[in-house]
Amino acid sequence: MARALINVPGQARRGEIIEIKTLISHVMETGHRRTEAGAPIARDIIRQFVCTYNGAEVFRADLHPAIAANPFLVFSTVATESGTLTFTWTGDNGFSVTESAAITVS
Amino acid sequence: MDRRAFLRTAGAGLGLVSIVAVRPTGATPERMQAAIRRVVGSAPVTPGRVKLELPPLSENGHAVPLTVSVESPMTEADHVRAVHVFTEINPLPDVATFRFSPRSGRARVSTRVRLANTQTVVAIGELSDGSFWSDRATVVVTLAACLEGPL
Repeated sequence: MARALINVPGQARRGEIIEIKTLISHVMETGHRRTEAGAPIARDIIRQFVCTYNGAEVFRADLHPAIAANPFLVFSTVATESGTLTFTWTGDNGFSVTESAAITVS
Repeated sequence: MDRRAFLRTAGAGLGLVSIVAVRPTGATPERMQAAIRRVVGSAPVTPGRVKLELPPLSENGHAVPLTVSVESPMTEADHVRAVHVFTEINPLPDVATFRFSPRSGRARVSTRVRLANTQTVVAIGELSDGSFWSDRATVVVTLAACLEGPL
């Protein structure tokens, strides 16, 4: 099971730009490597990350094998209203993980 | 697999492609230019506005911290739509595309990338007015990614 860590400030002032950090455990197998026996190792990566804020998309990343194992992303958004931030990672072999975090905007 | 075993395998003709792919070259490889053209089309790419931050020297190519930011007011009329990152020497030129909106607040993102060898990384910023801006950074990598065994 993939484990995700998310760091979102719990509270923010309206209009403030908040920083969000996410980390998810994933091998990000490139598909360029071979086993000792010379057999190719199939690609297994996270291809996409999307962050939505109360349903509206605020940030998206398309990832390629050049992203290091356990993809780490730091980005920002404007604290507009109290609600929920949802984070979705999707990738090869049906990989899909969704996490969420609550934020209170005053 | 250690380097010796890898080279043996390569000698057997199985890893020749990888060897070619990681050989450093002086010029910017055409593959990266082709990948950039796929994104920007025929539009001109101007150096500036984008800031690509990478360590000048990295001991481990498996996870190199990368931060890219673009100067922009991030309003509906003037914002950064996307930032595309490319490498010269990795097996694939594409690294990532980050998509922003006015709700992003600022166009700045950090992540960790794999670098197959000492090489130049290019970041292209795509603005809402359709213009493209770029920055580049060269990283010296002492332990290359892609050649070693499982992490």
